Amino acid sequence: MSVSLSFTVNGKVVAADVDPRTLLVEFIRNHLVLTGTHVGCDTGQCGACTVLIDGNAVKACTILAAQANGSKITTIEGVAAANGELHPMQAAFKDCHGLQCGFCTPGMVMSAIDLVQRHPNADEATIRAQLEGNLCRCTGYQNIVKAVAQGAAAMRK
Amino acid sequence: MGANDLSSIGKPVRRREDYRFLTGSGQYTDDVNPAHHTHAYFLRSPHAHAKIRNIDTAKAKAAPGVVAIYVGEDLTGVNGLPCGWLITGTDGQPMKEPPHWVLAKGKVCYVGDGVAMVVAETPEQAKDAAELINVDYEVLPAVVNPADALKSGAPQIHEGAPGNKCYLWALGDKAATDAAFAKAAHVTKLDIVNNRLIPNALEPRAAVATFSRADDGYTLYVTSQNPHVERLLMTAFVLGLPETKVRVIAPDVGGGFGSKIYLYPEETAMVWASKHVNRPIKWTAERSESFLSDAHGRDHVTHAELALDKDGKFLGMRVHTTAAMGAYLSTFASCVPTILYATLLAGQYTTPAIYCEVTAVFTNTAPVDAYRGAGRPEATYVVERLVHAAAVEMGIAQDEIRRRNFIRNFPYQTPVALLYDTGGYDACLDEAMKIADVKGFPARKAEAAKRGKLRGIGYSSYIEACGIAPSNIAGALGARAGLYEAGEVRVNPTGGVTVFTGSHSHGQGHETTFAQVVSSRLGIPIENVEIVHGDTGRVPFGMGTYGSRSLSVGGTAIVKAIDKIIAKGKKIAAHLLEAAEADIEFKDGKFTVAGTDRSKAFAEIALTAYVPHNYPLDKLEPGLDETAFYDPTNFTFPAGTHICEVEVDPDTGVVQIVNFSACDDFGNIINPMIVEGQVHGGLAQGIGQALLERCVYDPDSGQLLTGSYMDYAMPRADDLPSFKVATKVTPCTHNPLGAKGCGEAGAIGSPPALMNAVHDALAVVGVKYLDMPATPHRVWQAIQTATR
Repeated sequence: MSVSLSFTVNGKVVAADVDPRTLLVEFIRNHLVLTGTHVGCDTGQCGACTVLIDGNAVKACTILAAQANGSKITTIEGVAAANGELHPMQAAFKDCHGLQCGFCTPGMVMSAIDLVQRHPNADEATIRAQLEGNLCRCTGYQNIVKAVAQGAAAMRK
Repeated sequence: MGANDLSSIGKPVRRREDYRFLTGSGQYTDDVNPAHHTHAYFLRSPHAHAKIRNIDTAKAKAAPGVVAIYVGEDLTGVNGLPCGWLITGTDGQPMKEPPHWVLAKGKVCYVGDGVAMVVAETPEQAKDAAELINVDYEVLPAVVNPADALKSGAPQIHEGAPGNKCYLWALGDKAATDAAFAKAAHVTKLDIVNNRLIPNALEPRAAVATFSRADDGYTLYVTSQNPHVERLLMTAFVLGLPETKVRVIAPDVGGGFGSKIYLYPEETAMVWASKHVNRPIKWTAERSESFLSDAHGRDHVTHAELALDKDGKFLGMRVHTTAAMGAYLSTFASCVPTILYATLLAGQYTTPAIYCEVTAVFTNTAPVDAYRGAGRPEATYVVERLVHAAAVEMGIAQDEIRRRNFIRNFPYQTPVALLYDTGGYDACLDEAMKIADVKGFPARKAEAAKRGKLRGIGYSSYIEACGIAPSNIAGALGARAGLYEAGEVRVNPTGGVTVFTGSHSHGQGHETTFAQVVSSRLGIPIENVEIVHGDTGRVPFGMGTYGSRSLSVGGTAIVKAIDKIIAKGKKIAAHLLEAAEADIEFKDGKFTVAGTDRSKAFAEIALTAYVPHNYPLDKLEPGLDETAFYDPTNFTFPAGTHICEVEVDPDTGVVQIVNFSACDDFGNIINPMIVEGQVHGGLAQGIGQALLERCVYDPDSGQLLTGSYMDYAMPRADDLPSFKVATKVTPCTHNPLGAKGCGEAGAIGSPPALMNAVHDALAVVGVKYLDMPATPHRVWQAIQTATR
C-alpha cells in the first residue's frame, strides 16, 4: 500500500508514492536525496532534522510525509540564493563561527530563521530559550547565540 | 615564529569548510548511497549478562527482503577486536584481555552487546527480520558499578579475568609518599566519584562497506577520527586482510570527542559480510543504539589524600582509583585511567611525592574509553577538589594556596613521569581572577544572600598533557602503535599546494587552520592551498585526531614537509639564478639571492620542478612533493585557570552559573576564533558533566536507564551562560609552531571549577561533599541532610 503525495520542496513541485508510514525526514533524505537534513536522534529531541513547513520550523522526524501533503517545504538546500549566495542567517553562522562539525547546523539554521520570524528583536535569553529544541555538542552554543542575533539584525535590513 | 610566517597567523580567518555545512552539501557517512546497497541491523542483547544457549534464525532468514543473517559463529577466521595499549600490572603481569568478539560467541556481557547482524533490502525489513530471531538466553547476575565489581561474590564476567580485575597498576614512589604523609601538618581526604558519561557526538556512528570482485578490494566509509588506525586494526588484527585491499574513508564526520577513535564491531562485521553478500552494506545507528553501544567515558571511583605542611605547601598525594573498563577492552581503554591519568596528578604544583594505584575492572556495561580529555579531566578533578578542600580546611584563600604551590621553574620534572617544558601559571590565574571580577565577589555574594540565594566561587588550575605522543615513550608505557603524524605537501605545477594530512577534522576546522599555516610558511594565498584528510587511499599513514594533537603533531608534520619543499626550492632557485644554494633566501613566497634583488617566485620554482627544461637533472629529481613524519620529542602542556561563580537556590536546589571565566595557555595560536570555539565546546561538555550528565545503569538488571535524550541530560542553549575566555601564551618549546593544543582544555578545567563553586556556595549551610552532577535533586537533598 502506498499513498500519493505532492509537495513544493525548495520551490519545486515533487510528487511521489510512498509507504504511508514514511516519516517526512525519511522522505526528504531517502526519496528526494536531500541529505542536508540530518537525523541525530530517534526521540524528537535533537532538532537536526528541522525544516520549514509553510514557513514554520518543524522537526521532520516527528511528522509523517503524508501529514505534510500539499505543503510548501524548505530544507537547508533551499535557503541560500539561487546563485549560491548565503542567506543572512547562514552568513552570520559562518561569520560568528556558529558551527563546528556541521551536523546540527542545518537544523539550527532552520530553527534560527523561524525564531527570527517570531522574535525579530530577540535578546540573548530569548534566543537561548528558543533554541532549546536543537542540540549541539560542539559549540557550547555561545557562537550560535551570537550568530542568531547577528543574523536577525541582517534579516531586519 | 620564523620570518616566513606572515599574513593570517593569529587571525580569525573564517572557516573554509563552513559553506558546505551551511548549505546542506556536506557529505557524512549516512549520505553515502552506493547503487544496490543493502542495510544492516544489529540485534543486540537485552540482558546485561547472559549465556547464549541457542540462536534460531530460520524464521528470520525467510522474512521478506532478507539477504543474509550472521551470528558470531558464522564469522569464521575473524579475530576479536584488539586493545591498542598493553598495561603491565604491579605484579609484572600483562593486563587481562578477554576476547571481544565482533558478534557475541556463547555469552553476552552488556545490554547492547551485538548478537546477530541482519542484512536486508531496506532498514525496516532488516529490523523486522531481527524481531523474528529467537535467542535462548540463560540470564546471569550482572554488576554495573566498578566498586561493586571488585566485591567478593560479585558476578564473574570473564573466565580469564578473576575477580573482574583487568589490572592493578601503580605510578610513583610509595615510600617517599608515605614519608611525606608521616611529616604532614594537615591531611585532606576525599572520596570521589567521577560520573560516567556518554559522548553523544550529534552524528550517530555509521558505516557503508563495499566489496568489489573486480579488484578483490573493500571500501569502507565510516564515522572515524582516524581512518588509517581503523584500517590497520581491522585488517592486520581482526580480518587478516592486506591493508592494500581496504580503503577506509572518514568523510565529513559529525563530532567525535573520542567516541569515534575506536574500531567497533559493527563496521568490522560489515566489511567481512560485504564480500559474502557481494553488495554494499549500510548501517547507521539509531540514537538509542548509540547510547547503548558507543564507548562511554570516565566512570572512576577514587579515594585521594593530600598532605600539606603548616603553611599549605603540598608534601605528598596518595590516590587510589577504581576505573571501569566496561564489558570489554575498547581500543584505548586501558591507557586512559593510567598513562593519561596518574601522570597528571602533579597538576600545576610542586608536590614532591605522589603515588597512585589504579584498579581497572570489568563491568556489565558498554565499553569505557577516551572521552574528551580522557584521564586528564579525572586527574584534574581529583587534584583541584583536593586543593579546594585543603584550602577550606586550613583557612587559606583559594588563589593563595595555588600560588604557594605553583611550579615556576621550567623545565620541571614531576614525580609522575612528565617533564613540563614551559608554562606560566600565575599569569593565567591572575587574568582569570581579573575577568571573573573576583574582587567584586563578596559584594555579589552579600547581595545574593539578601535575596535568599547562596553564591559560591570555585577555582580550577588545570594542566593537561597533549600532543600525543613521543612514540618511544608511549611504547615503553605499553602502546602497541607509534604516535607520530604524517603530512604530505604536494606542490602543483602552477604553484597551488595540496596538503595531505593524517590528522582528521570532525569539527576542528583543519581545512582552515592548516591552510593558514601552509599559506603563511610558503607566502602564498590561502586560496591556493587545499587540505585533504580522512581517506587512506589519499593521505599518508597517520594516526588521526584525538588528544588535542592535530596542530602540534599533525601541523608540525606539515611544517616539516614544507621545510623540505623550501630546501628543494632553494636548490632549484640556485640553479636558475646561477647562485650558490647557501646564498638563497626564502621569504614572502620568493627565493632571493641574498643581498640582491634577483629572485624567483614560488610558482616559478614549482613550474620549473615539473617542466625541468632548465634544471639540474644530474643532481636533483624533478617534481616538488614532500612527505614528512613527525614524532614529537615530548608531550605538550596546555594549562590555565578556570573560575566559576554560581548561585544556588536553597529552596529548589537549582544551581545557576552566573559567571564562567577561563584563561588558558595553548602556546601559539594560529586561529583565535577556532581556538575560542574549541574552548566553548569543551566548557559546555565539562559543565555538562558537573551539572547535568550522568550515565546510569540499573544496578540490578544492568539496563541502561539513561538511554535517550529525554533521560540523559545533554546541555542545551538555555542551560549555559556566555563564557568569558582569555589566553596567555608561553610557546611550546619543542615543536616549530610553538603550539600546545586546545581541544580538551575546556572539558578538563571546568568540572572542578563548577563543583568547587557549588561547595563554596553550600558551605554556609554545612554541606561538606557532593558528587557530580550537581542536579537540583542532589543539591536540595544535600542541603536538607546538612541542615536537618
